Amino acid sequence: MTSTAVEYYLSAFTQQKGKFIAPWFSDQRRAALDSFQQNGFPALRQENWKYTDVRSITKRNFILTEKGNGSVPKNQINSIRFNELDCHELIFINGHFSSKNSRIGNLPDGVILESLVIACDIHPDMLQKHLGNNANYTIGAFTALNTAFLHDGAMVYIPDDTVLEKPICIFYLSTETKHSFITHPRNLLILGRNAQATVIESYTGIENADYFTNSVTEAVIRAGAKLEHYKIQQESEQSYHIGNFMAQQEKDSRLESHSVSLGGKLVRNDITSNLAQPGASVTLNGLYMARHRQHVDNHTLINHLEPHTKSEEYYRGVLDDHARGVFNGKVIVHENAQKTDAQQSNANLLLSDNAEADTKPELEIYADDVKCSHGATVGQLDKQMLFYLRSRAIEEDKARSLLTYAFAEDVINRIKFVPIRKRLEDLVIGRLPDAALIREFAA
Amino acid sequence: MLEIKNLYVRVEGKEILRGLDLKVNAGEVHAIMGPNGSGKSTLANVLAGRSDYEITNGSITYQEKDLTEMSPEIRACEGIFLAFQYPVEIPGVNNIYMLKAALNAIRTYQGKSKLDAIEFLNLVREKLKLVRMKEDLLNRSVNEGFSGGEKKRNEIFQMAVLEPRLAILDETDSGLDIDALKIVAEGVNSLRSRDRAIILVTHYQRLLNYIVPDQVHVLSEGRIVKSGHRELALKLEEKGYEWVKQEADAA
Repeated sequence: MTSTAVEYYLSAFTQQKGKFIAPWFSDQRRAALDSFQQNGFPALRQENWKYTDVRSITKRNFILTEKGNGSVPKNQINSIRFNELDCHELIFINGHFSSKNSRIGNLPDGVILESLVIACDIHPDMLQKHLGNNANYTIGAFTALNTAFLHDGAMVYIPDDTVLEKPICIFYLSTETKHSFITHPRNLLILGRNAQATVIESYTGIENADYFTNSVTEAVIRAGAKLEHYKIQQESEQSYHIGNFMAQQEKDSRLESHSVSLGGKLVRNDITSNLAQPGASVTLNGLYMARHRQHVDNHTLINHLEPHTKSEEYYRGVLDDHARGVFNGKVIVHENAQKTDAQQSNANLLLSDNAEADTKPELEIYADDVKCSHGATVGQLDKQMLFYLRSRAIEEDKARSLLTYAFAEDVINRIKFVPIRKRLEDLVIGRLPDAALIREFAA
Repeated sequence: MLEIKNLYVRVEGKEILRGLDLKVNAGEVHAIMGPNGSGKSTLANVLAGRSDYEITNGSITYQEKDLTEMSPEIRACEGIFLAFQYPVEIPGVNNIYMLKAALNAIRTYQGKSKLDAIEFLNLVREKLKLVRMKEDLLNRSVNEGFSGGEKKRNEIFQMAVLEPRLAILDETDSGLDIDALKIVAEGVNSLRSRDRAIILVTHYQRLLNYIVPDQVHVLSEGRIVKSGHRELALKLEEKGYEWVKQEADAA
């Protein structure tokens, strides 16, 4: 069965061949496709995919979309925007850049912010130098497919010593179309020495839209640079989302990643940070909320490769109905990485007897002078807290919503950037019953 | 106002209350005393509606209604308030918003209009003075990081704002220094009125120096074994609980 699925993508590749951008990239495409052909799709027996069955994806024949497929009303575009946020904005509709809806705005000298398709024309050298360097397609089928079918996405380049004041928002909107479709968004983020930028990746699907987003983002964070990265996943509940974020971090660089996963039928978020030089640090915060029959899997990998590197990880999950949440946080402290400081925590709240959480912290330590800790919990709402609130005239359902929100908010509160925190607060509240009451509390 | 008849309550399979009778009229203050493990806190929690406390026999009538049929939130709306012995910390739930939600839920239930933000703030300021509580505690999460005394004061503050008909104070005096104890007592005394009743659950007589009860009951092994007036409390302090138990066993 898997082989049929593999063949489907191989033949789609052959059909698409003439339309690919960036001829200089064709060797990489081919190599990625070969790797995919050789390894096929992941199976449950593979440790990394133990809890997530991708057969619901592989048995489907998603088609590649053409540009301009489906028109999108203005109010739908506006609804995905961050209203009060003054930002540089790229909007992609069903995988294709929409220049008429995007608002890139004025950029400091040397900063590049373009769609990949356009960047291919105007910055081919830059793209050729960096594209694909940090997204290793041999690690898995989905990254390989993304590389083979690479088409559009965002290119961000911040030169040395440049601080980009306004955040960059990259919106991927998927709409209802006649045929269920696949997109392979590809983002390339390069921050020069001592550069700073905030990048928001947002994936949204129109209700009932049936599609598969297979995204890859590769980031290079040079010495002393700082990247604040947000991923907001609100795909439609019929959709599939597999996203891979890989960051290469140089000396004294900093990555702060906030991942909020709310939508999708089957979701897998992978984050890898390579702390490749001394003094590099990373913070990974994440919140996943799933209900009905949603399945959301978060896999993170932090490689401490050199001394004095630091990582902090804080993930929380809220699982209701028949939903299932997976967290796997792997931290590898390599032999050379003395004085590593690595902290990790994952907490899961089960709101229903049928919900499930699988959590697995993994620490592999090959150095001897390190400070590492991890903890994982799976629990229900605290009975004493519930009784306290109810004894204060707050109805049981409302008390449950309040406590659920309080649990989730603990992740959102770690976001220092106020407009994004407010927006995310609002999204999380919107997911709960008694939103009006909770809004009052959160005010 | 409240009538408990022959109440049997089981907690985690163990019978804690064993045939308890108690009648409290409007306008009265009753003190429930007794040694550790006699069932005092169980009684307080049962009245507030804790679900893991199983009533196996007897009845509780409150304002002519069957209290046991009511959820904790309905009891609160009907005017019952429990000041907890160990108020729980609730990270992420704002103290003052919880109180506002509580007050407006109760007012709505009782057919009164909700208070707007300004009316609520005025009420809060007035009651804060009463319990001499620092205003910055209001905007913290419920009880989070509060000292023991602050937690107890927060309970009394909530009680003062919610103005219950029947207030149950579960060992509110324990762990308080004398100044805090006086403040708590003032808060309780300010609430005393003809149409309210107060049940003080306490281990020590000390609180009763400041809140003079109409009746004192001694709880032992899940039953009220002796009732009397203020003097009973003083005698208990002097002689301990053993003589009451012996008297009860002899009877």
